[in-house]
Amino acid sequence: MSTLKERGALVAEAARKMDKPVYDGDIFNKTPEARRELQKQSPKLATLEEAIRKSGLKDGMTISFHHHFRGGDKVVNMVVAKLAEMGFKNLHLAASSLSDVHAPLIEHIENGVITKISTSGLRGELARRISTGLMEEPVVFRSHGGRGSAIANGDLHIDVAFLGASSSDPLGNACGYSRSPNAKSICGSLGYALPDAQYADKVVIITDDLVAYPNTPNSISERDVDFVVEVDSVGDSSKISSGAIRDTKNPRDILLAQQAAKVIINSGYFKDGFSIQTGSGGASLAAVKYLRDSMIEKGIKASYALGGITAHMVRLHEEGLIDRLIDVQSFDKVAAESLMRDQAHKEVSACEYAAADEPGSAVHYLDIVILSALEADVNFNVNVLVGSDGIIRGAIGGHPDTAADSALSIIVCPLLRGRIPCIVDEVTTLITPGKTVDVIVTEYGIAVNPLRPEIAETLRAAGLNVVDINWLKDKAKSIIGDAAPLPFGDKVVGVVMNRDGSVMDVIKNIEDPEL
Amino acid sequence: MEMKVAQAGTLESGDILVRITPSQESGLEINLDSTVAYQFGAQIKKVIADTLGELGVTGVRVDATDKGALDCTVRARVTAAAVRATGCDVWKD
Repeated sequence: MSTLKERGALVAEAARKMDKPVYDGDIFNKTPEARRELQKQSPKLATLEEAIRKSGLKDGMTISFHHHFRGGDKVVNMVVAKLAEMGFKNLHLAASSLSDVHAPLIEHIENGVITKISTSGLRGELARRISTGLMEEPVVFRSHGGRGSAIANGDLHIDVAFLGASSSDPLGNACGYSRSPNAKSICGSLGYALPDAQYADKVVIITDDLVAYPNTPNSISERDVDFVVEVDSVGDSSKISSGAIRDTKNPRDILLAQQAAKVIINSGYFKDGFSIQTGSGGASLAAVKYLRDSMIEKGIKASYALGGITAHMVRLHEEGLIDRLIDVQSFDKVAAESLMRDQAHKEVSACEYAAADEPGSAVHYLDIVILSALEADVNFNVNVLVGSDGIIRGAIGGHPDTAADSALSIIVCPLLRGRIPCIVDEVTTLITPGKTVDVIVTEYGIAVNPLRPEIAETLRAAGLNVVDINWLKDKAKSIIGDAAPLPFGDKVVGVVMNRDGSVMDVIKNIEDPEL
Repeated sequence: MEMKVAQAGTLESGDILVRITPSQESGLEINLDSTVAYQFGAQIKKVIADTLGELGVTGVRVDATDKGALDCTVRARVTAAAVRATGCDVWKD
């Protein structure tokens, strides 16, 4: 006969050997509340101010945000205003991207609350002010894949991530959509927030729909979340894009789209099981329409579409023309709703999407990508960040990631936009290196990178108008005349990182055109 | 020459809106607001001045809002505005 009491000495002996305490039954107390009630007392629930205080955020630290609500984002301005009110200074704001709606940051930069920014892009008044020298420290620009890598390898260490979510339970299981009847917002994929959730020291979920546990299937896991803050609104979903499929009526876009589709169809990569990514520009979307016709006619189906998923891609998927959708960012409401209900529509993090150092990232297995450009030059370098007036007006996005890793990268851009040439001697800022760019489609002809002579040959054989890139540049110049040089200063206002973590270019300040 | 306020053009991308106002001064005053002011501001002003010079129009103020128009467009809009301002149809007369 062996009893607990009798084994007590042996328990104590075992505990001593293991350097552990002996179990004390008196410290356990059963919690009797019904769990629906108990979860409302989750220790993670806090006001924004409490969450900031408890997170341990200090002056000089790095805070991060995602941009899935695009122009409708409310989280960045809300959180930074609160940080300013609480007296924080010298913070590093590391957002996946920033846009027009973030102009209020100018005041917080002037007041020393934000002294450093990392982002994929800048637009609007904030971009103009930074271009003319608002900040002492240059803004660090990374591609989406490059940001994922930098967060994972420690180049970009995040102290506290503030991540907007359209639903979360009190433990932090969060999504970019809500299945509850109280849903207030929807942004779909939280792909750019997932590296932050995984690697930030502290993670604060900010949601406008606090739902009952368990909010599964979830995008962000409670395991990564420290605090959950409920607010009135995290974003205006209508500013993402309604998602209504409108075919462009712009004749130049239609011409560009037809040419781009012909390049794809005749490239040698248009085979059953191919994979594709397209941008959201008018020509890019119209190209999908022509591809669809050809896929149906030839009985070709795609294995997956990557992106940047749009209503167009969802339609092709639902028609059975594309097997899977891999979605790092939902470009419209149709895509966001599809992500919520369709198992074959998969949400991925920025790392799984486009990190150069992640062997399984989806871009590695991408056959074809259609991209846009502000400018491309005679060496096939592309700029999507800085306007021809020297003012930052765009975002790197996944441009260099997809161009580098795809089998065939196609840039679609008009020869001229108004009086601005899109094919130039040298790009204003180097974003996507020419070695990674294969074909440039303009309305005046198609230029093929000399590194890909086999593509030029097959396109020529198909009767497409293949021209020398220098001819396109000269053509543009003959129409618009000679441009005066831009009044750049000597201050570096931006640093462009390559996706491998090296520094690729810098952006100099420009004189304020309104002075 | 009896002149009145007149304009031509639009604010569409690739176009220029030109407004001609008679002025007390004898010369030509050009106020240009252009999306491509850095690269092409001087060139656009030159085309406006040359076009009006060829038409013999002086003593006016030109307010131009440019959305990236090419030189040929600038010339056409300035000419049309001048015709409306002066009532002198340079294409017909």
